[in-house]
Amino acid sequence: LTGKPSPYSTDQTPNTLEEITNYNNFYEFGMDKTDPARRAGALDTDPWSVEIGGMVDRPGSYAVDDLAPANALEERIYRLRCVEAWSMVIPWIGVPLAGVLDRAGVQPGAKFVAFETLHRPEQMPGQNRPILDWPYKEGLRLDEAMHPLTILATGLYGEALPNQNGAPIRLVVPWKYGFKSIKSIVRITLTDRQPVSTWQAMQPREYGFYANVNPQVDHPRWSQATERRIGAGLFGGREETLMFNGYGDQVARLYAGMDLAKDY
Amino acid sequence: MRAALNGWLRRLPVWALWLGGLVPLALLVWDTLTGGLGIDPIRDIEHRLGRTALYFLVASLAVTPALRILGISFMRFRRALGLLCFTYAGLHVLSWMLMDMALLWGAMARDVVKRPYLVFGMAAFVMLLALAITSNNWSVRRMGAQAWRRLHRLAYLAAPLVTLHWIWALKTFPLEPVLWLSAILLLLASRIAVPRPIRWGAPAAAK
Repeated sequence: LTGKPSPYSTDQTPNTLEEITNYNNFYEFGMDKTDPARRAGALDTDPWSVEIGGMVDRPGSYAVDDLAPANALEERIYRLRCVEAWSMVIPWIGVPLAGVLDRAGVQPGAKFVAFETLHRPEQMPGQNRPILDWPYKEGLRLDEAMHPLTILATGLYGEALPNQNGAPIRLVVPWKYGFKSIKSIVRITLTDRQPVSTWQAMQPREYGFYANVNPQVDHPRWSQATERRIGAGLFGGREETLMFNGYGDQVARLYAGMDLAKDY
Repeated sequence: MRAALNGWLRRLPVWALWLGGLVPLALLVWDTLTGGLGIDPIRDIEHRLGRTALYFLVASLAVTPALRILGISFMRFRRALGLLCFTYAGLHVLSWMLMDMALLWGAMARDVVKRPYLVFGMAAFVMLLALAITSNNWSVRRMGAQAWRRLHRLAYLAAPLVTLHWIWALKTFPLEPVLWLSAILLLLASRIAVPRPIRWGAPAAAK
């Protein structure tokens, strides 16, 4: 896969492919960071279709190639900040979500976008245990979903997305904690009600709907003020976490007037 | 068989336990130097040191029940088990300070008083420190056996705290530390339920 370079890319050095594909939180394949790399190979991503529905003019089942055709692909080198206070830089390949939603025809009353991951316990062994309320769900406000930084990724480092990174198609929202960027999407639903995401449903005090990267609002059990860059070595130290993961110039206006300590 | 095992344990030098007990540390150093750790080596170092400390803590707590219930005496090794636990716990804390937190003293201090998993972990570590400092004959004599034993019951408080430290550090409810917590509570219960050695008939087994 090749993607056109994008002005939204960071010039920071990306993590290696080995790091990006062997250190994953993808509980559908197990809770250890190495489980997805070991077990996601069994997931069959072909054929695959994404059901776009709800408040859209053209609901239906879309193939991955329809959503992210080769000629529309862009390379987006984004910082990723996990809620666990580590971070990476990842060269995604994908398309802006806005274009996909435009083609489905968002109806005027729609205010939110809900996403859902595949539920297939025979190939996703983590789903055999009630670690989370399967299938994994996430959601965005419509303006967040339409923001040019928000993409659906189908590739990584010039290759099709490896299964452990959310093949064949996943969301990437770089100013939010990593868990918002839902993987292996099978359903996108436009709605007028705020969806409840999986982590929010499980532990509403710890995980909010917005989950914007915010060094001033700590996770109740750990600080979000700093982060450790994966690959920095044994004595690489910690970096200050940036508001909106460093994307404040582009996205801060989405939250003007909101109390982000309340809407965390 | 019990007598044979006890006889064999009596002949096993304590330094042999130390030697075996430091094998996990040697393996960790080896893995660190040869790149055998995972993508985030700091996390692996912290976790392996912490886990090994817990294993030795549980082993030291199992010594008395093993003697009372099974009639097998690991008594000679208990101090070494406790000190091995403290060695790993100390390295665990040190790796957190040096590598994970990169000596950000302010952040560490704020976290230790505010974050439950660090409050639990650090409280357990302070207790283990007190036990390690007094793990010598001189301290037993100075404190008196009674007071010394009372102090060392802290191990039964430190151990569950260690498992809570583990549970609270994770995003979802984990099975493994819960199993360890159950094992610790079972060992504690056995101390109360079996207050003195069960007499195992054959006199050879008495010692």
